Amino acid sequence: MEQFLQQVINGISVGSIYALIALGYTMVYGIIKLINFAHCDIFMLGAYIGYFCMTSFKLGFLPSLFIAMAICTLVGIAIEKIAYKPLRNTARIAVLITAIGVSLFIEYTTMFFVKPDPRSYPPLSGLMSKTYSIGGINITMQQILIVGITIILMILLQFIVKRTKIGKAMRAVSLDRDAAELMGINVDTTISFTFALGSALAGAAGILVGIYYNSINPLMGGMPGLKAFVAAVLGGIGLIPGAMIGGYFIGFAEVFVIAYVNSLLKDAFVFAILILILIVKPSGLLGKETREKV
Amino acid sequence: MKKFLSVLLFCFIATTLFAACTKTDTNEIRIGINYELSGGSATYGQSSVEGIELAIEEINKAGGINGKLIKPYKVDNNSNEAEAATLATRLITQDKVIAILGPATSGCFKAQIPVANKNKIPVASGSATAEDVTVAANGVVQEYAFRICFNDSFQGRVMANFASENLSAKKAVIIMDSSSDYGKGLAKNFRDTFTSSGGTIVAEEAYVKDDTDFNAILTKIKGMDFDVIYIPGYYNEAGLIIKQARAQGINIPILGADGFDSPVLVELAGAEALNDVYFTNHYSSLDKDPKVTAFIEAFKNKYGKEPDAFNALGYDLARFVADAIERAEKLTGESVKEALEATAGFESVTGTLSVDENHNPVKSIVVIELENGIQVSSVKVNP
Repeated sequence: MEQFLQQVINGISVGSIYALIALGYTMVYGIIKLINFAHCDIFMLGAYIGYFCMTSFKLGFLPSLFIAMAICTLVGIAIEKIAYKPLRNTARIAVLITAIGVSLFIEYTTMFFVKPDPRSYPPLSGLMSKTYSIGGINITMQQILIVGITIILMILLQFIVKRTKIGKAMRAVSLDRDAAELMGINVDTTISFTFALGSALAGAAGILVGIYYNSINPLMGGMPGLKAFVAAVLGGIGLIPGAMIGGYFIGFAEVFVIAYVNSLLKDAFVFAILILILIVKPSGLLGKETREKV
Repeated sequence: MKKFLSVLLFCFIATTLFAACTKTDTNEIRIGINYELSGGSATYGQSSVEGIELAIEEINKAGGINGKLIKPYKVDNNSNEAEAATLATRLITQDKVIAILGPATSGCFKAQIPVANKNKIPVASGSATAEDVTVAANGVVQEYAFRICFNDSFQGRVMANFASENLSAKKAVIIMDSSSDYGKGLAKNFRDTFTSSGGTIVAEEAYVKDDTDFNAILTKIKGMDFDVIYIPGYYNEAGLIIKQARAQGINIPILGADGFDSPVLVELAGAEALNDVYFTNHYSSLDKDPKVTAFIEAFKNKYGKEPDAFNALGYDLARFVADAIERAEKLTGESVKEALEATAGFESVTGTLSVDENHNPVKSIVVIELENGIQVSSVKVNP
C-alpha cells in the first residue's frame, strides 16, 4: 500500500510535466490546426533561461520562473510571426515542415551556444530541498512545487479561456476562423496570444524539470515533447481538459508499468495504450465525433 | 583540343605522383593519430590525444626510438566511422605511417581495422572496450588490431567479485542502460559472476539513454531486501539515479563501471549523495606508484590540470606502441605487429600489461571509492 501511494505521487509529478507541455500543443492545434513541433524546444529554452537566471544572476526560484516564462512567451510569439504567419494560407504540410525546421534550428543553435554536455541546476537549499515523510511515504518539496505550480497555471488558464474576452476570442477562432473574423475578432492577435500562453506554460515546465531532475541539455525536449504530444492526442487534441487528463494518464501509465510490469517495457506499453485508445475512440478520451461535411 | 587535354591530364597525374613520392626521411618514425577531435565523442578523443602528445614529447626529448624521432600525423575523424576508415587509408598510403594510434571509441576503431589488415599496418586503441574489437564475429583474431584497455566483461566480473568479497554482498539489484551494448554487456557479466559465487540478483530494472525520472524504479526496489545496486551505464543517467536513490532514503552501496568517471557525475548527483559509491576504472590518480605520480606531475606541468583515465590511456598507448617499435627487428608494419604481440610485462601508468593471444591486454583494474564525491581510496585487482 505504501509503495502504491509512493508510486501515485511519482505518477502525479511526471504527469504534471507532461500535462503542462501538452497544453501548449493542444491550444495551438485547437486554434490553427498546426502541430507545433518547436513547442518542446521552447520547453528546453525555459530550462536554460532558468538555469542562467539562477547561476549567472543568482536569482531565486520564483523570479527565475517568471523571467523564463516571459522570455519563452516572447520567443513563442516571434516564432509564430516569423515562421508560421506567412504560411497561414498555404498547404498544411508546408507549415508542418516549417515547424520541424524551427524545432531543429532552436535545438542546434542552442547547442552551439551552450555546448552539448548536460548541465546541472544549482543545488537547492533551505525549504526547497526539504523532504516530508508521512507514514513512510516521501514527498519532496520539489514534487509539491511541480504539482502546485501546474495546478495554479491550469486554473489560471481555464480562467483566461472561459472568463475573459480574449479567451472567448480564442474559442471563437478555434470553432470557425472565418466566422470569427467576420464578427470583428482580430484573428492575428488571438493566434499570437495562444502561442504566448502555450509558450509560457512550456517555459514553466522547463524550469520545473530543471530543479526536479537537476539535469538539462539542448536535446532534452525530445522525449518529453513526444510524450506530451501523445498526451494531447490521447485526451482529444484541441481540448484543454483533454491535455491535462492525457498528461496525467501517460504519467501514471509509465509509473505503473515500471512498478507492476517491467521497466524494459515502459515506453512500449505507453504507446500500445495510445494505439488501443485511438482505435476504440479515434478522437481521444474527451473528443467528440465530428463528421466531415461534404 | 584533345591533345591539349591529354597534356593537361599528364601534367596533373605527374604532379600528384611526385607529390605522393615525398622523400621519406629515414631519421624519423611516422605514427598516425586518428582521433575524435570533434563530434559526439570529442571529449574522449581530445583527452586521449593530450596523453599521446605528452608521451611523444617525452620520448623525443629522451632521444627518440633507437635514435629516430617520432613524427606524429594527427587527423580528426569527426566521431564518424566512415571518416575514420578513410583517414586510416590516407595515413597509411599517403603519409606512410608505421602504426596508427586511435580512435578512442569502439565503433570508429573497428571501422579502420579492415584498412589496417589489408595494408599490414598495426593499429592500437587505448579505450575501445567493446567485446568484439580485436576478435571478429567469426572468432578470428583481427591480425593488426590491438588495444590496451580491458574489455567490458572483465569490468563486470571484477565488480561482481568485489561486491561479494569486499562488501560481502549476497543480494544485488541491477539497474542497467538497456540502450547500449556497454550497459547490457556489463550487466550480463556481473549477473553471471555474482550468481555463480553464491549471490542472487533480486531485481533487474532497465532504463534508456536520456531518461531522467527513475523514481518509479527506485520506489519499486525500495521495498525489497538487497545489499548493493549495480548501475552499468554512463554518468548522465547514473548521476540522476544516485541522486534520486539517496533522496528516497536508499543508502546502500552503489556500484558502477568506468562510465562513472566524469566530473559531470558529481554535478548531477550532488556531492552529498556520492557516498558509498564504487566503480571500476582504468586508473586512479590516488595511486602512489612512482610511475603514476611521475605521469601526474608531468601532465600537470604541461596542461595545468589533473589527468583523467583517458589522458592516462592515451599516454600509455603511445608508449606501448613506441616500445614495440623499439623492439621490432625491422621498421615494417609486420615486424612491429610481431613485437606488439610479444609484449609482456610492459610497465604502464594504468598497470602492468601483457598482450594475450586475442590481442587483448592482461592487466590490473582499479576499484575506486567515492566519499562526498571525492575519490578516497582505490583497490587494485589483478586479473
